Amino acid sequence: MADLNVTLGPLELKNPVLTASGTFGCGEEFTDFMDVNRLGGIVVKAVTGKNRDGNPYPRMAETPMGMLNAVGLQNKGVDYFIREIYPRIKDFDTQIIVNVSGSTLDEYVEVAGKLNDLDKIPAIEVNISCPNVKQGGMAFGTIPATATEVTRAVRDVYKKTLIVKLSPNVTSITDMAKAAADGGADIISLINTLLGMAINAETRRPVLSTITGGLSGPAIKPVALRMVWQVSKAVKIPVIGLGGIRTATDAIEFMLAGASAVQVGTANFIDPAVTLKIIDGLEAYLQRHQINSVKELIGSLKVNGE
Amino acid sequence: MANTLVQKRQNILEVTGKRRLNDRHFIIQLTSEEPLPMMLPGNFVQVLVEGSPTTFLRRPLSIHEVNYAQNSFRILIQIKGDGTRQLSRLKNGDKLNVIYPLGNCFSLPQGKEVLLVGGGCGVAPLLFLAQFLRQNSIRPVILTGWRTQSDIFELEEYKKSGEVLMTTEDGSAGEKGLVTDHSLFRSGKLPFSRIYCCGPDPMMKAVAGLAASHGIDCEVSLENTMACGIGVCLCCVTPTVSGNERVCVEGPVFNTKHLTWGNPDKEACQNKCHG
Repeated sequence: MADLNVTLGPLELKNPVLTASGTFGCGEEFTDFMDVNRLGGIVVKAVTGKNRDGNPYPRMAETPMGMLNAVGLQNKGVDYFIREIYPRIKDFDTQIIVNVSGSTLDEYVEVAGKLNDLDKIPAIEVNISCPNVKQGGMAFGTIPATATEVTRAVRDVYKKTLIVKLSPNVTSITDMAKAAADGGADIISLINTLLGMAINAETRRPVLSTITGGLSGPAIKPVALRMVWQVSKAVKIPVIGLGGIRTATDAIEFMLAGASAVQVGTANFIDPAVTLKIIDGLEAYLQRHQINSVKELIGSLKVNGE
Repeated sequence: MANTLVQKRQNILEVTGKRRLNDRHFIIQLTSEEPLPMMLPGNFVQVLVEGSPTTFLRRPLSIHEVNYAQNSFRILIQIKGDGTRQLSRLKNGDKLNVIYPLGNCFSLPQGKEVLLVGGGCGVAPLLFLAQFLRQNSIRPVILTGWRTQSDIFELEEYKKSGEVLMTTEDGSAGEKGLVTDHSLFRSGKLPFSRIYCCGPDPMMKAVAGLAASHGIDCEVSLENTMACGIGVCLCCVTPTVSGNERVCVEGPVFNTKHLTWGNPDKEACQNKCHG
């Protein structure tokens, strides 16, 4: 049996396959379809300071090999999460990571501070990259100095593993990654959705209520792969890669590009058990290539005749 | 009424029957190797479409009829785009990956006098509902709306469970006009304790308005676009008096009193809430 265990800074995962925020609920929605305890980790849907009703319908447009969404961080707030959801999911035998979002610096700090007290949450993923909120969100994720500032503010109140999730909607992804590392991030995850748009030619109207939205799915995989490769060479901290992964081969490509772990997102909508197929496929790949540990894949891309 | 006790499943089902109804509609019958889970009227399935380059997501489709003895059920499909066109090419013996049963269901009424209103493909869940009501000793009135006579299908099936009325937009069969133009609604007090409706949004809103004006309870089945169908993507939400709710989990069936339709105060609140 190949060893699937990976270590990302302070965070140990039994395998490198996590679920991406906003695509897996808080895990319990999938227990009818799969054993969630086999996952390396679950990234719980974004939690904000207060209840958010999100954007009006329509929030989704199907695109070739992908989809646009404009959900707008609908959730019931951090206190509801701690009171109602946490007790139901805390004993899953996998790493439960909570995605944290906000409109202001204070909101990120408030949510991170409250989550710091939860024993069974070993890490948070700070979402400085949501394209679907008017203030905050992506604004924090597109200016390096602001990204450093929000990361540092959260770092001050959050003592466990701090992951910062980057937006691809920037001129230089490596500048953003360095900014998050400078602020004290333990791990970088990327990419969030790419800003896009869909139009209904018959009605001459935008499909989404917000006009623009975030593109996800296999359509964005090449962009994500390129950014993971660039970032993993630019920073010393570990990288979690995501963007369009739906097979074990996709996951392996991200690890070769430099990711220490991966997140599976939109593919969960099409096959709710896809993550287990990816874990099994990863193990089969390692056996076929006679590789003892999945760690050997990380950043092992061969370039220029190596 | 939520169907939360039934375990949802992802199964490979076999196509064991297919019937073309008209130029845009067809029915496929799917059979499971194992016994079917309990399914209720209003529940839907998520079907994986293979072989279509532009169809990325599953297609949510209402359960049209269930036959537990044969481990089979039927879904009624309208050809709308490439995904449903691909499904229309399925043949007996083909396999389909289906996630089911999903969503909540219509509730049983207080009284015995009920009206079902369906337009076009919106009749899909109403056959299952009519049969379910019949099993519960209720014989519904079923009002169906069509564009034209050549569109009409399956009326004989509905007649087995209730009294069937119809309208066509061009007057080629039944009464001329939309379902809401039917003389039933001009006959003073409507003798129903519950109206069930499924069809295009404008039709459901009009029927809900008529129900409200007669003081009749009304349940509608919504068809919002969905990604996951299992409650995690939050794409299919509809505004309700308690905020945005998921059509795939809290719905697709909603009591119209719970929705914000036709209530300007509630709608204004909704529009302010988005961030």
